Amino acid sequence: MARFSILVDVAKCNGCYNCFLSCRDEYYGNDYPSYSAAQPLNGQFWMQLVEIERGVYPKPKLSYIPKPCMHCENAPCIDAAKDGAVYRRDDGIVMIDPEKSKGQKEIVNACPYRVIYWNEEQEIAQKCTMCAHRLDEGEKMPRCVESCPTGALLFGDLDDPESEVAKLAARLNFEDLKPEFNTGSLVKYAGVPKRFVAGEVVYRDNQGECAAGVRVSLSGGGLNLETKTDVFGDFEFEGLDRNRTYKVLVRADRYQQCEIEFNTPKDVNLGEILLDPQK
Amino acid sequence: MGERVFTNCTNAGPVSVYVKDGKVTRMRPLVAEEGDFKPWTIEAGGKKYSPPKKFAVAPYVHADRRRLYSDERIRYPMKRVDFDPNGERNPQNRGKSPYQRISWDEALDIVSSEIKRVTEKYGSSAITGLTSSHHNWGIVGYKMGPFARFMNMLGYTPVLDNPDSWEGWHWGATHSYGFYWRLGMPEPYDMLEDALQNAEMIVLWSNDPDTTRGTYTGQDSALWRQWLKEKGVEMVFIDPFHNFTAAVMEGKWIAPRMGTDTAMAMAIAYVWITEDLYDKEYVKDRTIGFEEFKPYVLGETDGLPKTPEWAEQESGVKARVIRALAREWAAKRTVLSGGARGGEGGACRTAFGTEWARMMVLLQAMQGLGKPGRSIWGTTMGAPSDTKTWFPAYADPQGRVATSSVANHLPVNQTKQRLWRLTLPDAVLNPPVSWYGEGFCGQSLEQQFTHFEYPMEGYSEVKLFYRYGGSFMGTMSDTSKWVRMYQSPKLEFVVNQDIWYNSETRMADIILPACSNFERDDVGEWGACGGYTCHASSGCNFRIVVRQQKCIEPLWESKSDYEIFTLLAERLGRKEEFTDGKTEMDWIRAFFDASDLGEHISWEEFDQKGYCIINIDDDYKSTPSLRWFAEGRECDTPDPNNPKRGTIKAKELGTYSGKIEFASESLKSKFPDDEERPVVPRYIESWEGHHSELYKRYSLQLLSPHPRFTFHCHYDKHTDWLDDIPTHRIKKDGYAWWPARLNPADAAARNIQTGDIVRLYNDRGSVLCAAVVTQRVRVGVIHSYASSAKYDPLIPGDADSPDKGGCVNILTPSRMVSRNAPGMTPNSCLIEIEKWEG
Repeated sequence: MARFSILVDVAKCNGCYNCFLSCRDEYYGNDYPSYSAAQPLNGQFWMQLVEIERGVYPKPKLSYIPKPCMHCENAPCIDAAKDGAVYRRDDGIVMIDPEKSKGQKEIVNACPYRVIYWNEEQEIAQKCTMCAHRLDEGEKMPRCVESCPTGALLFGDLDDPESEVAKLAARLNFEDLKPEFNTGSLVKYAGVPKRFVAGEVVYRDNQGECAAGVRVSLSGGGLNLETKTDVFGDFEFEGLDRNRTYKVLVRADRYQQCEIEFNTPKDVNLGEILLDPQK
Repeated sequence: MGERVFTNCTNAGPVSVYVKDGKVTRMRPLVAEEGDFKPWTIEAGGKKYSPPKKFAVAPYVHADRRRLYSDERIRYPMKRVDFDPNGERNPQNRGKSPYQRISWDEALDIVSSEIKRVTEKYGSSAITGLTSSHHNWGIVGYKMGPFARFMNMLGYTPVLDNPDSWEGWHWGATHSYGFYWRLGMPEPYDMLEDALQNAEMIVLWSNDPDTTRGTYTGQDSALWRQWLKEKGVEMVFIDPFHNFTAAVMEGKWIAPRMGTDTAMAMAIAYVWITEDLYDKEYVKDRTIGFEEFKPYVLGETDGLPKTPEWAEQESGVKARVIRALAREWAAKRTVLSGGARGGEGGACRTAFGTEWARMMVLLQAMQGLGKPGRSIWGTTMGAPSDTKTWFPAYADPQGRVATSSVANHLPVNQTKQRLWRLTLPDAVLNPPVSWYGEGFCGQSLEQQFTHFEYPMEGYSEVKLFYRYGGSFMGTMSDTSKWVRMYQSPKLEFVVNQDIWYNSETRMADIILPACSNFERDDVGEWGACGGYTCHASSGCNFRIVVRQQKCIEPLWESKSDYEIFTLLAERLGRKEEFTDGKTEMDWIRAFFDASDLGEHISWEEFDQKGYCIINIDDDYKSTPSLRWFAEGRECDTPDPNNPKRGTIKAKELGTYSGKIEFASESLKSKFPDDEERPVVPRYIESWEGHHSELYKRYSLQLLSPHPRFTFHCHYDKHTDWLDDIPTHRIKKDGYAWWPARLNPADAAARNIQTGDIVRLYNDRGSVLCAAVVTQRVRVGVIHSYASSAKYDPLIPGDADSPDKGGCVNILTPSRMVSRNAPGMTPNSCLIEIEKWEG
């Protein structure tokens, strides 16, 4: 049995929106009877790109999370639907029957990921079908994956150990976008941004030179991480939890060490950390 | 009727077009047979790099179906209601008055009789015409085809295009390292292999290749940069905006104050000179004039050493960061990426932008330009690519219906008078105007020194304006002048021929509806420019020539440009002269026959199958750009327009001395005393920057780079799916606004929040945008892309009205790069911003 999946490697996504636009081209104004009704002009994003800007000038980060239907193995929309209007195919794709879903707005509301859309005109629930109508015709992948220039999106059968997705899943740590929803999705993510802290180490008595190679350690939340400043005196730690307290300790030879405690309601830029010479 | 699949090509990639019942239902990146691809392989660091068998087209190409059926299509010939060719013309109402539908016969009669009238009364030089670039694709239908052939036949006054994306490289870098035959860009050959094998660091200085996408080559190169990132190549981004390539590549972001990049570059040279970190042997053998440059850098000539501390004062970048960058650059094999094609970049589109571009060349010369990993490379061209198979491209004289020898007869324009695009409104409103340079000066350095004056003695001022395909309201400078020009009675007749309503369309007297390249037959190679950007398709992973098949009949009453000009020529009694006795299909076939494509595929198969992929030979031999020069060998790259290649001067560059010139011999010969583009490059304070008097009133700098989700003014406005991309436009209160990005500090000082409608303004005008408060832009800088296609003045026809469409070039200055370098300077623009209360 196949288990079709889209793996999303967030670090590779350059935010080009090819996935969103190719999806719209496939579905706007096009009915695929028994698979999906035409996507309307406004308000539907079967492949949505969520932009996430993090950090503080001059050390910002920008990520994009491509967000189609997650094709959950434990799909709340299936439970919410009447008359089998939402069902899972043998290959794992969760489908909304365009006929049967008529009037069933609760299908939309059941989705914790908010990736099911209500078609006001036709009064039906609509979403990504992983291009099931094309896969059934023999196409190798959905339009969004086909159009991705960087390999941020990968499609295949997780149950086929020879498939690229299975190999990649073995190599990178893929998770549900929101594991806390406990829906066990077939669309999985690597590199979803967490909190990060950045800073620049500066020698107070020698500010014309970058403080390269300075030891910086981070502790807190069960983490104990070490790094060194780069040639610009910059450092950063990725993968922190939100709303937690951490400590950064900066140690350079002949300078007094410096310890800074911070919280992570947001991403943190510690700015210039001035090291004083040892007395 | 069942579904049929056609092939076609856009300005950013080939497509398969699915048609059912005469209607396009979808468009995919061209679906080619797997066996047609023979991917190249680059070995580097023990790994093999090979592209997937697909075409990574630009985003907007996926929305081409929507653009095809856009509500903004011009459906019928139209006449301005208060335009009467035999009575009141009311030019003052251009841009104000509505239009009425007329028949093709009436429209063609008016246009042809106006051509006759103006020619008889003033001479043919009173006719002028102007085109935008690449609202369609395909060499037969391109502007250099039917439009140029028709206009040459009439004997019109051409408007010279300014090199509008690489001003500083064209007017500056050419005088440092030649390459005038590439308009200032370096050779791109095999630079991907060089980078993968040799580069340890890439400095992307004013370059966002994930946004500008190699101009026409879509997103194939996005994968190359992923490879480089995965390989651990360090990346540094110098840009007042934390651009989209910086975002996905990460790396170091350095954000100088706008207009001070040259100061930073000087300080880097200072560190190298004072710390002995440059390639002295290369400088001795491969360059001239260093002994004139060095004293300036050290401050011996002006008492001002160009130290990192000095540069910090100017640029706001910490001296220590400049110092560390300089040392790292010297210590590592570092590629300099000074714009999408090696050159380009917004930093060259500024006051004295020549000096920055020259410094880019000279910095890299100090590190041995052409040695492994020490190139100038935009990261968007230079994949292994066949250069033996010639297929004509739009910029090849042999690829143009107007100039190709496949024609039996070529109409030659006898009119010597010229206009300059940037000063066209001034030329119409306040002649005379004068300037140096023949537009794209790809034939010689001396072309830059040709002096022009309009009107030229013996010729008429222009009276009839034939505008074709696109608009400049969003892309040229100080563009409310264009509105004033249109409303001048000196333009007795204006005709606009286009596919979509653009910002200038409704300023015409007659509007003619053309069809897109999906509604007619054509042929074209993806990404290929030919001419001055020869072998540009090395920006694609695969060369592909597409038989651009007519997918549907022309929509509404539109016609192909070729047919429109044929009908006009017929009314002028010159049909045969215009068509050369050929249909569009005849031209396609003639270009095919003249090309080398027949060695790969028969005409019949090509015509039917719709494409031909040209793979590299098994024995492909890499010839990295400028390696020959660095090693003192004869040029071995396949750059056909290098005039010294294959001659006794084959080891030389295209400069006067044949070497890289710290002190330019060509500038010395023509403009030895020019303080604004001196013989030896200098940092010169901007005439519209933080030192200006104007800065007291307008303390924010506008950064308006080339856009991310439209191409020039094409796609935006005509493709409303793009309005759902918040990077492109922001929907609010039923309107899709153009974003303006600003730093939280600047926003807070003005009580501006994300989503607010704001007015960007200065003495030149006002533009309304949607504010995006972001950490990704330097304090004191407003980032808002150029190229809005929607000029939407609150008071139509009023040149001084605020524009709510986002044409930020209304704000940019019309002053040129410098006295003798007539380039545009959109990034030397001071503005203020405030919340717009309506």
